[in-house]
Amino acid sequence: MRAYVVSRLAQTALVVFLSLTAVFAMVRLSGDPVLLFMPMDIQAKDVNEFRQRLGFNDPLPVQYARFIGGAVRGDFGESLRYKQDALGLVLGRLPATLLLAGTSLLLTVVVAIPLGVASAVRRNSLLDHVGTVATVLGQATPGFWLGLMLIYIFSVKLRWLPTGGMGGLAHLVMPSVVLAAFLSARIARLTRSAVLDVLGEEYILTARAKGLGEGRVVGKHTLRNSAIPIVTLAGLEIGQILGGAVITETIFAWPGLGRLTVQALLNRDFPVVLAAVFFISLVYTLINLAVDLAYGWLDPRVRLR
Amino acid sequence: MVPAGHGRGEAREAQPSGLGQVPCSVKDLKAWLGIGLTAAAIVVALAAPWLAPHDPLKADFVQSLRPPGAPGHPLGTDQLGRDLLARVLYGARLALFIGTCTVLITAVVGGLLGLVAGFVERWPSAVLMRIADVQLSFPFILLAMTINAIVGLGLRNIILSLSAAGWVVYARVVRGEVLVVKQRAYVEAAAALGMGRARLLFRHILPNVAPSIVVVASLQFSSFIVAEAAISFLGFGVQPPTPAWGSMLSEGRDFLYVAWWLAAFPGAALALTALGVNLLGDWLRDTLDPKLRV
Repeated sequence: MRAYVVSRLAQTALVVFLSLTAVFAMVRLSGDPVLLFMPMDIQAKDVNEFRQRLGFNDPLPVQYARFIGGAVRGDFGESLRYKQDALGLVLGRLPATLLLAGTSLLLTVVVAIPLGVASAVRRNSLLDHVGTVATVLGQATPGFWLGLMLIYIFSVKLRWLPTGGMGGLAHLVMPSVVLAAFLSARIARLTRSAVLDVLGEEYILTARAKGLGEGRVVGKHTLRNSAIPIVTLAGLEIGQILGGAVITETIFAWPGLGRLTVQALLNRDFPVVLAAVFFISLVYTLINLAVDLAYGWLDPRVRLR
Repeated sequence: MVPAGHGRGEAREAQPSGLGQVPCSVKDLKAWLGIGLTAAAIVVALAAPWLAPHDPLKADFVQSLRPPGAPGHPLGTDQLGRDLLARVLYGARLALFIGTCTVLITAVVGGLLGLVAGFVERWPSAVLMRIADVQLSFPFILLAMTINAIVGLGLRNIILSLSAAGWVVYARVVRGEVLVVKQRAYVEAAAALGMGRARLLFRHILPNVAPSIVVVASLQFSSFIVAEAAISFLGFGVQPPTPAWGSMLSEGRDFLYVAWWLAAFPGAALALTALGVNLLGDWLRDTLDPKLRV
């Protein structure tokens, strides 16, 4: 287990370093970064002064070393718009995103996994068919459209919920439902097929043959063995919550990381873009690491590969 | 980006087992619904100029913000008096065009890279797979949007940025398949007979991994059109006045209080198209490659 953990950690460190390089390359390979940073109507003299001040006149390797050196210390430069430390700005928006993502995740686990298990155990029942229709629709419905329709129904027509912003519990309802909808559909489907897979195994037949109650067959023999694919895919999907948050936060004016990234892209505030994109990829990579480690713990055969 | 893939459970569904269940028609129903919706979207996209009752770009301020059912405008009009039905129909054209281009580019580029990476096990493959790892450490939509914001807006650039963000899935799946296929006896036999490497790769290995490429392409298609709409919705994609579903939704958002139809219909069209393509993709996977987990 130890060698496995160490090798996964080393791989993760490499990916983080390479993604930092990718973030640098994305901005540098796309032409003159100063022109990306600046408004369209800037004078040539100002461009040159700005270029000098930010060090864009230095050779590329020097700039790269400086960028990596700064990034290691958490210094991505200063936001061009807010005149604040870019990473500080990103971290300041983190709690809002964590609250939203956490609530959606809780909602997903509470709804999707029991639904998936029940659909598999009572296959072809009414519940299973309703569940299948719901998950297929949930997967196809774009979150931003669902969000707009919910705003129309619950804010414009019924006036039950606020249209956006962050405040009490009422503000959290629609964004977390929208963010959870897609994820729940995926995880419910996956849970259903993982449980069905296990229910067809011979040891389940054996357990039933020796007279074990259905509760124990499902609760103990089935769930434990279907946990591996569920954890794997759920982990990958949890990472996608961060991508989904970009859109959901924009629709509901939720003051989180995703909305900050969209605004920074629109304002050409590239220090903030770099910090935010890198931070999101870091979190995403760490989630994947955690999933892999959980996988090794759930299924010891994995470590031997 | 990673559609729920699961083989055995779904495959087993076709066999009747136990009492009191609906016969296997549910699966067929889903497949037919998928084929029907996809076919409808393709017909609408191809025939938009003949189906549309008006020019999608022609403004008529006298007729602005008419509700659905207004004379001559079955789905109503937008803030500039443009016919919403015409715009939704032309939107299908754009969405399917972007989806098709992106799927073709990613399938060819990702597929070729995956073929080579699986066949040639030397350092270029390792480098390629590390690049894939790095790219997968960014959420798909965020990566595509960031690339788009950097390379610039517009139709061509959104196809490029979606392709740049999307090729990885093919490369991974195809490489994995090639690693298995190339150890089969017939491939080794062909190599032993002195067949060239290119011929081996394209005549004996490619046809055996092609079904996976088709399945991944069909599953990716709907995520591409939804991603395009999301990026256009956020303002980084196709720009108004071009009738793209995403930018129409973004305009509809500003008029949500007075004209619900502006947001409702383009989004419904997008959801139905995505639903059709998803169901078609599921059916293709169950038929061609039930073990594939994408």
